[in-house]
Amino acid sequence: MPTVAPLDLDGHCVTASFLDDIPFFALADGMVHWLDHGQRSVRLHDGLLSATTTAKNDLMISGGEDGKVMTLTSAGVTAELASVGKKWVTSVASGPQGAVAYASGRNAWVRFADGKTKEFAHPRSVEGVAFSPKGMRIGVARYNGATLHFPAADGTPTELQWDGAHTGITFSPDGAFLVTTMQENALHGWKLVDAKHMRMTGYPAKVKSLSWSAKGKWLASSGAPAAIVWPFTGKDGPMGKAPLELGTRGNTMVTSVACHPSEDIVAIGYEDGMVLAVRFADAKEVLLRRPGKGAITSMAWDKEERRLAFGSAAGDCGVIDITG
Amino acid sequence: MTETQTQIPVTVLTGYLGSGKTTLLNRILSENHGKRYAVIVNEFGEIGIDNDLIVESDEEIYEMNNGCVCCTVRGDLIRVVEGLMRRPGRFDAIVVETTGLADPVPVAQTFFMDDDVRSKTKLDAVVALVDAKHLPLRLKDSREAEDQIAFADVVVLNKTDLVTSDELRDVEAAVRAINPSARIHRTTRAGVALDQVLDRGAFDLKRVLADDPHFLDAHDHDHHHDHECGPNCDHDHHHHHHDHDHHDHDHHEHGAVSPIHDVTVQSVSLRGGEMDSKKFFPWIEKITQMEGPNILRLKGIIAIKDDPDRYVIQGVHMIIEGDHQRAWKDDEKHESRLVFIGRELDAERLKRSFEACQAA
Repeated sequence: MPTVAPLDLDGHCVTASFLDDIPFFALADGMVHWLDHGQRSVRLHDGLLSATTTAKNDLMISGGEDGKVMTLTSAGVTAELASVGKKWVTSVASGPQGAVAYASGRNAWVRFADGKTKEFAHPRSVEGVAFSPKGMRIGVARYNGATLHFPAADGTPTELQWDGAHTGITFSPDGAFLVTTMQENALHGWKLVDAKHMRMTGYPAKVKSLSWSAKGKWLASSGAPAAIVWPFTGKDGPMGKAPLELGTRGNTMVTSVACHPSEDIVAIGYEDGMVLAVRFADAKEVLLRRPGKGAITSMAWDKEERRLAFGSAAGDCGVIDITG
Repeated sequence: MTETQTQIPVTVLTGYLGSGKTTLLNRILSENHGKRYAVIVNEFGEIGIDNDLIVESDEEIYEMNNGCVCCTVRGDLIRVVEGLMRRPGRFDAIVVETTGLADPVPVAQTFFMDDDVRSKTKLDAVVALVDAKHLPLRLKDSREAEDQIAFADVVVLNKTDLVTSDELRDVEAAVRAINPSARIHRTTRAGVALDQVLDRGAFDLKRVLADDPHFLDAHDHDHHHDHECGPNCDHDHHHHHHDHDHHDHDHHEHGAVSPIHDVTVQSVSLRGGEMDSKKFFPWIEKITQMEGPNILRLKGIIAIKDDPDRYVIQGVHMIIEGDHQRAWKDDEKHESRLVFIGRELDAERLKRSFEACQAA
């Protein structure tokens, strides 16, 4: 039986993650809490808007209402990476070779490991930013499409058009596909080799959480009473194929998804705080956590694939040990 | 569950540069009224107050990808409101300041069309600041000034000390012509009582018409006029452009022509008896679908046959909301009243089709 170690915090959890196998919880008020032989905490921002971790899980990178980009190590050491002034830093991303991307207003920046920074101005707001897993390339979600920049080289960006407001962005782990969340209840995707469109629609709510499965074969998403999991196995992605609908519940919505690091299993967090693990092959469900106080906002697996950290909108966070 | 948390009221402040928005904002932020406000501004600019609840945001109008040209929202507000609402308890209400040239419609629609914003906040009122001195010029050279007034629940007619009493009367008449249902406050230095602009509940179906039972009577709420106009009023009063009799929508045929008459917005006030619900609801759906782009606001109290409750309705472009408000009082006439504020409205057709919805 899975066991839950609860951590009751005060406030909306923006990001739950592991740093060097220690569970970290970044709250909207700017405090970050972690469980390392007892509960510890540090103030990272006055108002935290977005946070992510590096691929190696050794550093948290965050953007705040205070206009700062900060980093945090598993030992609790903070550092200011950049400041944009008084404006909110609404999106951050971690890239290869220690590069970090962040966005504020209509601009996106890439900061390289050596401290050099490159700025990219756009005619409209940068809603989301993500690194491609291959090469030094970022994708920016914007009104009416996405823009690809190559920060290490000078050159014209690649524009991908699709009408509507694109609010979030992710590359597939093999770098072949780019997928955005939209203001409409839909995802949009592009096959990057030929810019072919992929429309993923039919959601009853906005999609706020996306997670690629092991090797990028599937893309799990929130925004429905079930986790909607699109197949990306063929060369055209999910086009012409139906998605899986996993963990369907009648009276609540999926608010967060996190695919298992190696197996075709997804952890599904719901608006009522419940967490299920569901296997793709047979849709078999395991209850990981009963409903709680707030909607699940963020989840992350540890490297040993044994623990799942989760955060909620009401602050009732915790760590689930699936081996019991 | 999140649904049960109270919705934070949002006040939208519109008005041209120099109309007194910043003065009013500074008062909201500094006066001792016992409430805390988060303020979303386009530029920190002149607000001389250091407050971490002032958020700068780039106006970002997003057309929804559904083929409807009037389905626009402010993307920046969705993001900022979502961010603010993750830290509740820091403020009691939100004020959104728009740029001088801003279209108020996407701002208002954001609070109806975005599910997340809608679940956590509610639009309280749209307040337009108007510079009494420069309004005639603004009406001449732009459509935005007119839109801002047409869309407002409260109009603060500011800088009245800079005009003569005759000029003020004309300016106020122009405002009233564009928007017969707004409350008008004459001020200098944006000196309106804050409870007249904040926490108005102007979009609250339970409150909007309860506080203001005569809102459709087309008379002046603030009693600056010396007479009331009934539905068949046809005497010559040059400052009333809205047509009580629905027969004449050309403002220039009203007699006196002044520079202030550069208005393209009109209002159509309809009045009828008890409605047949099987006719009225399909009609209002159809009208708002077809005429949506031309309708800035609509408000109404509808008497439905065999329904003991007053039905109240309001709309912005194609978005309409309606609800039962309260039981009709014994001495109240079961009457339906509906006002449209917009452009290129076919008053005659609206009147005819509205009346055709009456119960037999």
